[in-house]
Amino acid sequence: MSNFSLKNMMTRQDVLGFLVLAILLLVIMPLSMDIIRLTQFGKYLSFAFVAVGLVLCWGYGGILSLGQGVFYGLGGYALAMFLKLEASSPENTAIQSTPGIPDFMDWNRITELPWFWEPFNSFTFSVLAILIVPTIFAYFIGFAMFKRRVGGVYFAIITQAISAILTILIIGQQGYTGGVNGITDLRTLLGWNIRSDYASYVFYFVCVALLFVCLFIAQFITKSKLGRILVAMRGQEDRVRFSGYDVANFKIFVFCVGAAFAAVGGAMFTLQEKFMSPSFVGIVPSIEMVIFCAVGGRLSILGAVYGAIVVNVAKTYFGESFPELWLFAMGALFIGVVLAFPDGLAGVYQKYCAPTVDRFLDKAPVFKRYSGDSSYSPSEPAKAS
Amino acid sequence: MFSDYTATELGSIFAMQGFAGLILFAVFLLMALGLAIIFGQMGVINMAHGEFMILGAYMTYLTSNLFAEYLPGLFDAYFFVAIVVAFLASAALGAFVEWAMIRRLYHRPLDTLLATWGLSLLMQQSYRSIFGAREVGVRIPDWMAGSFPVTDIVELPINGLIVMIIAISVTFGVYLLMFKSSWGRRVRAVVQNRPMAGAVGINTVKVDRMTFALGCGIAGIAGSAFTMIGSTGPSAGQQYIVDTFLVVVFGGAASLLGTVASAFSISQAQSTMEFFLGGSMAKVLTLMTVVIILMVRPQGLFTLKVRK
Repeated sequence: MSNFSLKNMMTRQDVLGFLVLAILLLVIMPLSMDIIRLTQFGKYLSFAFVAVGLVLCWGYGGILSLGQGVFYGLGGYALAMFLKLEASSPENTAIQSTPGIPDFMDWNRITELPWFWEPFNSFTFSVLAILIVPTIFAYFIGFAMFKRRVGGVYFAIITQAISAILTILIIGQQGYTGGVNGITDLRTLLGWNIRSDYASYVFYFVCVALLFVCLFIAQFITKSKLGRILVAMRGQEDRVRFSGYDVANFKIFVFCVGAAFAAVGGAMFTLQEKFMSPSFVGIVPSIEMVIFCAVGGRLSILGAVYGAIVVNVAKTYFGESFPELWLFAMGALFIGVVLAFPDGLAGVYQKYCAPTVDRFLDKAPVFKRYSGDSSYSPSEPAKAS
Repeated sequence: MFSDYTATELGSIFAMQGFAGLILFAVFLLMALGLAIIFGQMGVINMAHGEFMILGAYMTYLTSNLFAEYLPGLFDAYFFVAIVVAFLASAALGAFVEWAMIRRLYHRPLDTLLATWGLSLLMQQSYRSIFGAREVGVRIPDWMAGSFPVTDIVELPINGLIVMIIAISVTFGVYLLMFKSSWGRRVRAVVQNRPMAGAVGINTVKVDRMTFALGCGIAGIAGSAFTMIGSTGPSAGQQYIVDTFLVVVFGGAASLLGTVASAFSISQAQSTMEFFLGGSMAKVLTLMTVVIILMVRPQGLFTLKVRK
């Protein structure tokens, strides 16, 4: 990594893409929307974390996980459990038959806090749990599967089964998890009211900041040697193995990174929506997360963000105005993106807009000095508009 | 958990749950057979498999309504017509889908998965638009209703028996077709070595289309059989998909015997545990066991030894 520099990490198109996205998310969106819409937009961004993770796993690593909802849910639940415990102080829950435990436990006649809830009294533990629990879980799944050279379709089916199992478990164990309603009625974070408009603005910007941290990590991974090995593995796994690399370890690593991103996204969802429920864990949401990534372009980390935004905006719009049409549109989207646009929005941008932008950049004085390689090849991440 | 029951009670519980498990076995087997053909033989992930089953169920519903309306005298026999209708409708749609979509994606299995998921959404919404969002039930002929007493506590429902008979005959039919007919030989040849099969004059394109259509047709029969034991809703298919895939993968993708064995073990485990632990925990434990076994033994119970 001695030759590592900004120039090696980002082409000028990437720099422009990051700048445009930053301006869009940090300036245009907060100025053009009221706080309710902005929080909703923040929710879409929480899905963008998952989509960026999927670009790494699926686009680069060739590992299609249909269980990203599991990690999204684990991250979201970890934070929701902490917030719920804070909201269930003995004073707030004095009318319950057992004060001091979350209300849904009381409704299910549970009289003391279950052991696995205890550590979530600590804020530090909860924040660590958001990152560590899903990563460890992903590590175990990845270790068990990739070390035995299980991949592709089997991996997709097993991860899908895991997301189904977790959903059934959460819904079935109502007393411990809040059941199908999830964990609701969250009020404060370390004594600070999370329902005020001010808090909503803060959470939105925290969400955007964390998204950019994830984007930079993803950009680093794709441009580093690791990213190249991933691409090589996706193409010819055996050759990489015969070249002396332990293929499984790379896959496990990238799967864990994807899981951690998803978990952060889940936590951001909990913060902004003030609840978490199993409807973001199961098979349907997990596979929808894949479509965010596919629409954006499975090889483009910035595209994934736009994919998540576009699909969710469309979902909200159609879902509100023409609920009948939405499933048709979604179904057509899945089929169309696979058959007609396998590179998604990023592919469209790369084909029609990138050359023009490149010519423009040649003239722009700021970028004169910074003439990184702008040629596009399938192994390079493309950028969406 | 056994100490609360006497020995005879336990015996009856196991007998009843065992029989309930056998019905579940028939259901799993019917669902998985079509998928075992499509996934096991062709390597195609058909996420719309559940929706093909529901198509069969709706066809049965339509047939029963037609018979009730125009041929009330023959109502007792409508079910046999319905099975044929369900098979043909699902197989025809399957052949069309293979032509329009799947054949373009044979070299991209993960993309097939997404595309067929899209197809399943389209089909679901179509059912909702055509038949309404509410579940529909089929009026079953009188001779199929009721149950068949074995001892004073153990009773066998007749519709369950019929589902089982259908499952066994379909399995047997698939066995004959795959292993005793020239068509089955061609399918197996294409699975084992596509270029060579093509080189000796097998029309691989046609074999693919027929295989996919057959798998979808069997899904239609499965859907038809389900109307005997439950009602049909537009999104019912999605609930089956995980179970079905696990049955097929657990059995070993290309093995018919494996599919039967895994459907049997999963259904018996789930049904027996259900009595003691409740539905959701039984399902969680069963699925979890299957997933853990698959992590240790990814090739499933039975494997086909093929030199790739």
